[in-house]
Parts: sequence; structure tokens; C-alpha cells
Amino acid sequence: MSMPLATVREESHCQFVTVRIASQLFGLPIWAVHDVFVPQRITPVPLAPAEVDGVLNLRGRIVTAINMRRRLGLPLRDDGDPVVAVGIDFQGEVYGLLVDEVGEVLTLDRSRLTAKPPNLDQRWSAVTDGVFALEAELLAILDVESILASIREDHVSS
Amino acid sequence: MDDLLREFLTEATESLDLIDAELVKFEREPNNADILGNIFRLVHTIKGTCGFLGLPRLGSLAHAAETLMGRFREGAQVRPEAVDLVMRSIDRIKAIVADLEVNDGSEPAGSDADLIGALDAMAEKAGASGASSPAIPEEDGEAAAGDGNPDELERLFRETPVEVPSAGASSAAGEAGRPGAPVAVRPAGGAPEPPLASREAPAVHGDDGGTHARGGSAAQSIRVNVETLEQLMTMVSELVLTRNQLLELVRRQEESEFKVPLQRLSQVTAELQEAVMKTRMQPIGNAWQKLPRIVRDLSRDLGKPIDLQMLGADTELDRQVLEMIKDPLTHMIRNSADHGLESPGERAKAGKREAGTIRLAAYHEGGHIIIEVGDDGRGLNTDRIREKAVAKGLASAIDVEKMSDAQIHAFIFHPGFSTAEVVTNVSGRGVGMDVVRTNIELIGGSVNVLSRRGQGSTFLIKIPLTLAIVSALIVEAASERFAIPQLSVVELVRVQKGSEHRIERFKEAPVLRLREKLLPIIYLDQMLGIAGDTRRTGAVEDSFVVVMQVGSRSFGIGVDNVLHTEEIVVKPVSSILRHVSMFSGTTILGDGSVILIVDPNSMAQVMTTGLASGVSAAHKDEAPALTGAHAAETLSLILFRAGSDEPKAVPLSLVTRLEVCDASRIERLTGQDLVQYRGSLMPLVYLDQASRDRAQGERAMLVFTDRGRAIGLVVDEIIDIVDDENFTIEFNSEIPGIMGTAVVKGRATEILDIGHFLPPTFRAVAGPRNVRPAERPRVLLVDDSAFFRNMLSPVLRAAGYDVTVCDGVREAYSHLDADPPYDVIVSDIDMPEIDGFTFVEQLRAGARTRDLPVIALSGLNTPEAIERGRRVGFTDYIAKFDKEGLLAALEEFTADGIGANP
Repeated sequence: MSMPLATVREESHCQFVTVRIASQLFGLPIWAVHDVFVPQRITPVPLAPAEVDGVLNLRGRIVTAINMRRRLGLPLRDDGDPVVAVGIDFQGEVYGLLVDEVGEVLTLDRSRLTAKPPNLDQRWSAVTDGVFALEAELLAILDVESILASIREDHVSS
Repeated sequence: MDDLLREFLTEATESLDLIDAELVKFEREPNNADILGNIFRLVHTIKGTCGFLGLPRLGSLAHAAETLMGRFREGAQVRPEAVDLVMRSIDRIKAIVADLEVNDGSEPAGSDADLIGALDAMAEKAGASGASSPAIPEEDGEAAAGDGNPDELERLFRETPVEVPSAGASSAAGEAGRPGAPVAVRPAGGAPEPPLASREAPAVHGDDGGTHARGGSAAQSIRVNVETLEQLMTMVSELVLTRNQLLELVRRQEESEFKVPLQRLSQVTAELQEAVMKTRMQPIGNAWQKLPRIVRDLSRDLGKPIDLQMLGADTELDRQVLEMIKDPLTHMIRNSADHGLESPGERAKAGKREAGTIRLAAYHEGGHIIIEVGDDGRGLNTDRIREKAVAKGLASAIDVEKMSDAQIHAFIFHPGFSTAEVVTNVSGRGVGMDVVRTNIELIGGSVNVLSRRGQGSTFLIKIPLTLAIVSALIVEAASERFAIPQLSVVELVRVQKGSEHRIERFKEAPVLRLREKLLPIIYLDQMLGIAGDTRRTGAVEDSFVVVMQVGSRSFGIGVDNVLHTEEIVVKPVSSILRHVSMFSGTTILGDGSVILIVDPNSMAQVMTTGLASGVSAAHKDEAPALTGAHAAETLSLILFRAGSDEPKAVPLSLVTRLEVCDASRIERLTGQDLVQYRGSLMPLVYLDQASRDRAQGERAMLVFTDRGRAIGLVVDEIIDIVDDENFTIEFNSEIPGIMGTAVVKGRATEILDIGHFLPPTFRAVAGPRNVRPAERPRVLLVDDSAFFRNMLSPVLRAAGYDVTVCDGVREAYSHLDADPPYDVIVSDIDMPEIDGFTFVEQLRAGARTRDLPVIALSGLNTPEAIERGRRVGFTDYIAKFDKEGLLAALEEFTADGIGANP
């Protein structure tokens, strides 16, 4: 990302890539997403954290695939169900968040972002920035850094 | 920081290292005008640049040092204390330069008046007494220009571009950089050198592999940022991968017009890769630069004259590897000087030359670099190492008798092993050789020692040329492919039922008979927890064993198939996978798929701990947690006598270390005995009063540690360590502190309840249960504290449970799919990775584990915590020290388990 992130984030209107995980709609800030691809040939990593489905090759770079359903404590996908990966760069490493489907790009007014409800499931709360109440449903905004940092903190031994 | 300053700092650091090396030579040859000229010039350049950059503190110190050096050039007599003073000044300059780097170019506050005063005084004295011998010609009038004024500097800069390659500087660098140049004696050949005027530039000893020339040859070398090189390397790696993929594609087509151009591309890529690799290469001499000074200082501190010989300094290796071996090398040189070499008196008595020799040599050998660090000193004392190994509990007295000298010598690489009688500030603190080994093994190298009594020791270090690209064996296990670095692979053996080579089971452990030896085998799939049913039932008939050698350890890795070898580009795993120690990286194969690179060191560790007998508990602790299931199989007891004549025993896994200390070192404070141990006071406990009263001679003690705290149990005598999985412990004791009795080596032996003897803060669960092994319910014990794990597992096992221990939730997950499933989980709450609350929440969310009983074990016993425990889904919540409660709860939740079979 050559664009300074701060300026993008502070504009009143932000763009989000929507993704669906199980039945819930989530949004990822567009600056965080650098790729959307269909994962092929994921190599499982024995002994890895449960959320890590494995590693795969994306144009010569090693991508670590994160199973978002598992991270969010949702029922796992059956074999053969469609899956899409959202590629994100985090501290120089590429991760692929495995989701059910990728939707559209929405431009939303940041001021309409409401705080996450306090009674939200802890696992969800830890990785969400806030919620947009769209006409048809709720859009939970994911915090990319927290998703990865929390997996790392949970599993990297001291 | 501006570029000019950064440039200065880089050059100054390099120059200072050279000055050090030159000064050492100068001290030996005070009349060598060339050496003096070199030093003088280097100092002068630093001083001059300081004035220009506005670094007054550095400038005035360098000025004072230069003045003194000037006196020497004028012919004043060189005395050791003067050289010493200059060296101290150089050290100070180094410190200031280091500070500059950290503080973004501003000089640290402080005064150098002490050094400057001493330098000036020395210069004055030298000036008064000297000036008798003819001065060295000063064509450039340098000695006069002692103030670093801008004119002088300008002239200096002006001259720089037209200077011819500097012979003086290259001899300075070459003193570390030429083969066959014994440092302490003379630079290579000692050929006549050009006059001083032509040698003004500082030695430029760049990151790019030692270019020492400027001026006429300036165009031939440039400084390149290391980052740029790294980036280039990454890109070439990508190119290699893409090429491999293309080749794979074309291979599948019969006729392709791409074939010829692709061949050309392939060749160019290979050449490019080689060329880029070359840019990363540096002569090993760069890592040796500091050594002459270190040896000189050691020689002085220890009162031993030492000759340092450096051979093959121009041997090149990857800069990444170079960085990693710097510290281990320094440490080994220190060791050689301190322990290896005898005092001059001893040497004379042994009929040796008074000055000891330390020899450092490097050379290539089949894709590796071998570095030898040798001395002609006293050699390793095999007997003492043997004794020490036994005393430290690394091996039993019986074991060591059977070991070869080389095996005994290998003990010096164990953690905490030092045979030095006197701990000096140079070495001998029992940290060191193990760190050396760890660092070297980290880069896929190995270290061995060869030693002959009275003739010296030589350490042989074998390291790979580079870490970026390795040759690997691609193998298959459980239908997945893995890469094993060739460096550790010795040979491949095909095993088949009924053939010459077959895997036999020795008890449960698979072994392979190979040339009269039994090679222990681990199956890759089992180790990684991905084994299929065929492995479990032993139905695999045709497979391969990859024979590995890691350090002194040999073992075999059982795999289903060996596919081919490939030069692979190592890519690090992402940070969230970095803790999976079994893998050292990933790579992309020619067909585009990603595979994992197995780490031979981690495997060797699993192997050692899996087979461990008589290895100290501390050592076991370091092993990857995978061995948990293994360790559960056997119980090792340490036998000793204390108080009475009957042998007593405790589970070895509870003991961190065995120590011996003289009774006079035991200090008695109000009701508590203490001994100084590893820099802090360790409380001592005794089994009875009689034992405490015996205050004479050496006392043996068992040391228990938990999270940094240690406690010593003083015993009369340590008898042996025994391994058996069939100790039947009878829990029939009414005596507090005795857990029960067992028949060990034919004698009734009391098994101590260690918990009873430890202070309350230390005490954990350990106690009797009147239960015999029956249908053993399976318990998964999760606790990050090794102490509690080791404390609890023997107790639970003794109480009739089949226990698997895990050091954290992550590892627990890898066991959860086990078959048969676990009956109950006992989990600590307060753990560093995932805590117990989160763990149980996750378990409750899983289909298989939804109804599994989970017992919380916690030191946190507030009503709130207990309430939270219940809410998140713990079946029961028990205090960490309440062993009765735990056993009762276990009995309850394993309904048809041991409760029904008293």
C-alpha cells in the first residue's frame, strides 16, 4: 500500500469489502485487502494453531490461510462448500482469510459506525471494530490486526 | 542522521577494529614503522573527520592518542603501558562511536579528561626521553598537522580520489584476511611497502567482501546497502521458483517451441542466482577481526603468552551465517585461552614452548565450511568430565564407564557444564559451550571436539555456506510431502518385511539394525501427529528410513516414500506459525505446491528426550512438548540414601539438577539453611535432624526448581537412576512425607512425597491413593509449569490414570483427536498462551468435546474466579494444592474407572 493509511482512514467516507462468513456479513477496510483469490492446494501445517488451515502459494509468495469460521467459533464448512480467500498484508507477511463469499465494495459514512454491543460474544468482540446497521442487516467491521495478533498471542509461547 | 555521518560511523567502526589488530602487532614489534604508520594514519583520519563533522569529544580524544603515536613515530621508546593506554583510548572511542549510532549522531555527555591527561603526560615523557632514533620520513607532513583544521581535512579529501591501492591498509586487513599469516608474529611476507604518502586512506573493508582499495581502483567496488542485496536475493529466489514452474510445464509437453528459450532462461537464472549469492559472501576473516585484540587482552589478563594463528581467513561464506558464528567463535577462543592453554610454568614442565598457540582455520569441504579452533594446551580431562557428568546426573556411573572418550568429551556441550576448578571472569561459569552448540545448530551446523590429553583440543565446526538455499530431500509421510535438509542426512535405507533391513520393536520403540548398531527410529507422521491407521497397527511393510546425524546424535526418520532431492529456496514461516519448532521454514516446489521443511534439530531433541534415560529433568524440559505422550510411558526414579540406610527415591522428572557442595558453604540463618547457588540463595531442606547435623565434607543435594526458584533437598548419597515402567507403588504409608513403597532393584524403597518437604509456597499435589492399575482412564493434563506437570503426572499415574501431559492449550489440541479419546481433561487456568477459561470455552464449542469433563486446577481461588470457571463450562474447579480434591474429582468423572476397582 503506497497510500498513507492514516489519510484514507480519516476521511468521513470509507470503503469496505464485504464478505460473508456463515450467515453473517462482515466488512474489511478496503486498504487492508490487496487480493481476493480462490485458494488452491492448501498444505496443512501439522501442530499449527487450529485457526491455521495451512499454507499455500500465491504467485510465489507463501500465504498462511486463516479459517475465519474457526476463529469466530462458527460451525465449520463442509468439504466442497465454496470458499474464497481475502489476501491481506500484515507486517510484511501475507495471510489469506478464508471466507464463504466476497460481496461488493460499500462506501459508508464513518460517523454511522456504532460501537459493538457489550453483550457480543467475546471472540467476536476481540476482532471487530464496530457495526454498521445497514438497511437489510448488520455489517460487522473486522479489525485485521487484531485477528492475526490474537492468534499469534494465543499461540506463540513465551 | 545525515549520510556523511553514517558513512563516517561505518568507516570508523571498521578502522577501529583494524587499529586494534595493528596495535597488538605493534606491541610485539615496536620498531616496525609500517605498522605504526598504519595506526597513526587510521587514528588521524578519525580525528580529522571528527573536526569536520563537529564531534569535539571524539576529536580531542583521538587527537591526544595521535599525539602520543606521533612521539613513537619520532622515535620515542614504545613501552607496554603506553600501548595499553592507547588501547584504552581506542576502547573509549569505540564506545562513543557506538553511542553516536544509537543517539542519532549526537555525542554522549561525559569527559575524557582522565585519558587525555594520561595520554598527554605519556606523550610529554616520551617526547623528553625519545627523539634519539631517526624519525620516519614524513613526506606528507602529517605529524605536524595535529589539530585537524579544515585545511588539512580539505587536503585529505582532495587527495583521496587519486590514491593508489593502499598496500598498508590491505596488509592491515590482510592480517586477518590472508591465509598463513600468524597474526602475532608478522604480516604476510613482510615485503617492503610503499612510502607512507601513498597510504593515507583508511582501510575500506566493505560489506561486499573486502575491498581494500580506493583511488585508482575506486570504480571496481562500491558500497551497497545490505537491504538492497537482501531484496535482490528475494527476487532471484522468486525467479528460480518461476523458472522451476515453467520447466515443469514444458516437461509435460512432448514438443514445445518454448524448450530452447526456456533452457537459456534456465541457465541465465542459475548464473544470476550464483552471482547474487556471491554478493552476499564475505571472507570469514571479517568475523575474525576482533580476535587478535581479544587474545592479546586475555594473554595479559591470564599471564599466558599466546600466539594466535589464523589460516584461511579469505574463505568466503554467506554474511548471514557469518553474523551467527561471530559470538560462538569468540567464546571458543576465550575458552581455549582460559581452559585449554596451561600456564607458562606448566608448559615448561611439560616440555612445551612457553607460549601457547591457538589456531583458527577455515576451509571449504563439500558445500560446507569447516572451522577449526584448536590449542596446543592440556587437552580435556576425560576423568573429570566423567565424574562431573555423573555428579550432574547427565549419565549414570555405569553408563559413563562404557562410553568412549569422544562420547565423554561431548558432555562439555551440555547446559551448565563446566569443569573449571576456578571460575574466572573469562570463562568457566558453565554457560558457554552449550550456547555455542545451540547457536551453531541453529544455522544447521554441528560442532565436535577432538582432544588428546596433554596435546590440546580442537573444536571442529561444520556450517553450511548459506542459509537461503539448501539442498533437501523430499519425502512423503501420511500422503503429505516434506523437505529434510540434506546437511543432516547420512544415508537412506529401504526397509521391508523379510528383507535384510527391517524395523523391529524393542518394547514399543522402533529400531533398525544397521551395521551392528541399533538405530532408534521415529516416524515422521507420528511425530507430527498426522499418522493414519496403518501406522498405528503397524501394517506399513515397505518404507524408508532417512538416517540422520545431528551433532553427535544419530537416529532414523521413518517415512513412507523418498521422492527426490531438490535445491530449495527457504522461505520463513509466518510469525503465527513460528512457534511450531518442528519446521524451520517452507518452500515452493517446481509444481507450485508449498511444502514444509522439517527441522532436524527439533527432531533430534524429540528423539533424545523420547529415549532419555538418566538425562536431567531440566534437559527434558527444553524438549518440544510432543514427547508428553512418550514420557508418560515410563517412570524414572532417582535412588538415594538420606537419614537412614534404606534407599529412598523420588521421580527423576521432579529433579532439576543434582549438585554437590561442601558443607562449609552452607549458611545457617534463623531456622533455615541456605547455600549460594547460581548467584542467589537457595533454601535447603533435610529429611531429618540427624541429616542436618552432619556438617562435614561434601553434601549431595537434589535441586528442585519452579519458575526460577530453586530449593535443595540434602541427601547423604545418590545411588543411581533407574528406569522402569512397571514400578508398582504401594500407597500404604502412614508416615507424612512418604508417598509409599516400591520394590526397586530388588529392595524395598520408600518413595518420597516431595511436596511434604517443600515450603508451602512450593508445595503442590503429591499423595497416596490406594489404587492399582486397572482399566486406565485417560487423563489429559494441561499446565504450563513444568514443575506442576512433573509433580502431578507421577501422582496421577500412580493413582492409576493414563496421563498425557501438555505444556499448553496449543499442544492439548494436538492430542484431542487421539484414539481412544480422553476421559477427562485437567487444566491449569493461568497459562501464557491461551488461558484455561478460553480453552474450556473452545472445548464447549466443539462437537466432540462438548461434554468432556474438564477440571480447572488453579491457584486462583476467589469466589469470582470459581464462578467464572463454572460459567465458562468447567466441570469442577479445584485448588492447585488440593490433591485429595483432584483425585476425588477424577474418580467422580471417570465413573467406571478406578473408582470401581479399588
